Order: sequence, then C-alpha cells, then structure tokens
Amino acid sequence: MIKARVTVTLKNGVLDPQGKAIGGALSTLGFSGVGSVRQGKVFDLELDGSDKAKAEDELKAMCEKLLANTVIEDYTVSVT
Amino acid sequence: MKSAVIQLPGLNRDRDMIAALTQVSGKAPITVWQTETELPDVDLIVIPGGFSYGDYLRCGAIAARMPVMAAVAEKARQGVLVMGVCNGFQVLLEMGLLPGALMRNASLKFVCREVRLEVANANTAFTRGYSQGQIISCPVAHHDGNYFAEPETLKRIEGEGQVVFRYAEGTNPNGSIDDIAGIISESGNVLGLMPHPENLIEAAHGGSDGLPLFEGLLGKAA
Repeated sequence: MIKARVTVTLKNGVLDPQGKAIGGALSTLGFSGVGSVRQGKVFDLELDGSDKAKAEDELKAMCEKLLANTVIEDYTVSVT
Repeated sequence: MKSAVIQLPGLNRDRDMIAALTQVSGKAPITVWQTETELPDVDLIVIPGGFSYGDYLRCGAIAARMPVMAAVAEKARQGVLVMGVCNGFQVLLEMGLLPGALMRNASLKFVCREVRLEVANANTAFTRGYSQGQIISCPVAHHDGNYFAEPETLKRIEGEGQVVFRYAEGTNPNGSIDDIAGIISESGNVLGLMPHPENLIEAAHGGSDGLPLFEGLLGKAA
C-alpha cells in the first residue's frame, strides 16, 4: 500500500478572503508579524499497489480531474 | 418549449425552477436524476440552485462529475440551451462549460437579499426578453458567488459580450470581479448566473423582473 498526501493551495494572485480573516484573528490573539495567511486543503490517500511512479501519475490525474480546480488552485503530490 | 431539470442530492431550488418553467411554458419540465446517462430530447436543460453534495470539496465539484453531467455536456455541444442558476452556475464552471470560478464571498457572509442587475447583453437566447442595459431586480442567496477569472480570460469574455448580467448600482453582494453576476458561453447556448430569476416571476414574489428571462426563452424555443 502506498500512502500519499495531496496539498491544494490557491494560486498566486487569487484573493483569499478566508486566509485574510484568519490572519486578522491571529493578530487579535497577539501573534504579531504574520504577513499573510493563505488557506488550502490537504488530502491523505491510501492507494493499492507499490509502484510509486505510477501512483504519482494517478494522483496528478486525480488532482486535474477532481481534487483541485486548476482555474484557481495549484497542487503538489507527495508519496511516502 | 420542452425542458428538463437536473436533480441532485442537496439541491433546494429545483421545485421553484420547476414551478417557474411550468407556469411560463404551460408544460411541466422533465426531471432527470443525477445517475441518468441519457437526457430526453428537450430545448432547454436547467441545473437549479441549492447545495449539491453539501458543497463538499468545492461548490458544485462533486455534482459536476456525476454521470448525467456528461450527457449535459454532450447536449451543450450539440447546441441545446443549458442554464445553471446559483449552484447550477458553480456546476457549469466546474464542468468547464463556462470559464472562470466562483469563490467564497468577499464578506465571508452568506448573502440572501434582493440586488439590482444590469442586463449587459440583451442579445442572447436567455435575455432577449429584456432591453440592453435594462436594470432589473433579482434575489440572490449564496455563500460562494464571488466570480473570478484570470485577466486574459476576463478580457476575452468582456470583449466577446459574454458577460450577460452585472450587479448594478453598488449592489455587488459578493466581491465579484467587474460586478459579474452571469456569463454565457462563447457559443451562446450555455448561461450561468448567481441570482435567482425563478424567484421573481409573479406579484406574490414581490415583482416579476425574472419573468422576461423565461418568456424570452419560450419565444426562442417554443
């Protein structure tokens, strides 16, 4: 079995009102010096098989087809 | 006019859409469940509003991958009129039938109110019942209606007259770029819009500014 993590983040230049609100809350809590906060998503997956290269290709296809909206989001895939 | 309304778990405006289409066309639309792989022979397909799949992952993302949507895409390619309202607009964007994306409202708040809309392009099958530049009232009810497109895409859709509805008179409720409330495909047969014209078609609704959209469609496809 292969364990994988997919991280989906907003592209640069796409406004993130949620991240902005979180940044505001952090400064309210006294965490000073937080320049910017961008919110994203993490997916942990378990895949059958042991071929990591094949798994990576498949994960990228999953991102393109469903996990990320490539109009506004970037993704990274890591297989362990 | 023969029409079909797509139904998915979590939608809640399908009944309103069915009522509007029935009232205006005199014929009840055919309802089609998400697992169907074929669509009936109709002039208009509508994806109504709501919260399909609980807005999980991204609004409309799961719905866009359901079997019936491949059939919707095929009909759209053939030139059949397709309209997505609210969640339906989000689905059309997730399917790639329309350009851009809808993001969380800039205020981070769910907005449920009446807004003013400018008919930015009255020369479409969906807006022929209005005059160019007409300002109408229309209700909105959404959390993710903040339209975004990359500068190049935006330039293209603005240049091609694909922006069909704009929030007018400072009523932009969600931070949409260029006040965009609704866009049409390059081919002119796929419309997506956040406001709910089906909820303003008779006096009991408090107005009927949504009616010309349905009447215009009827004239086109009767």
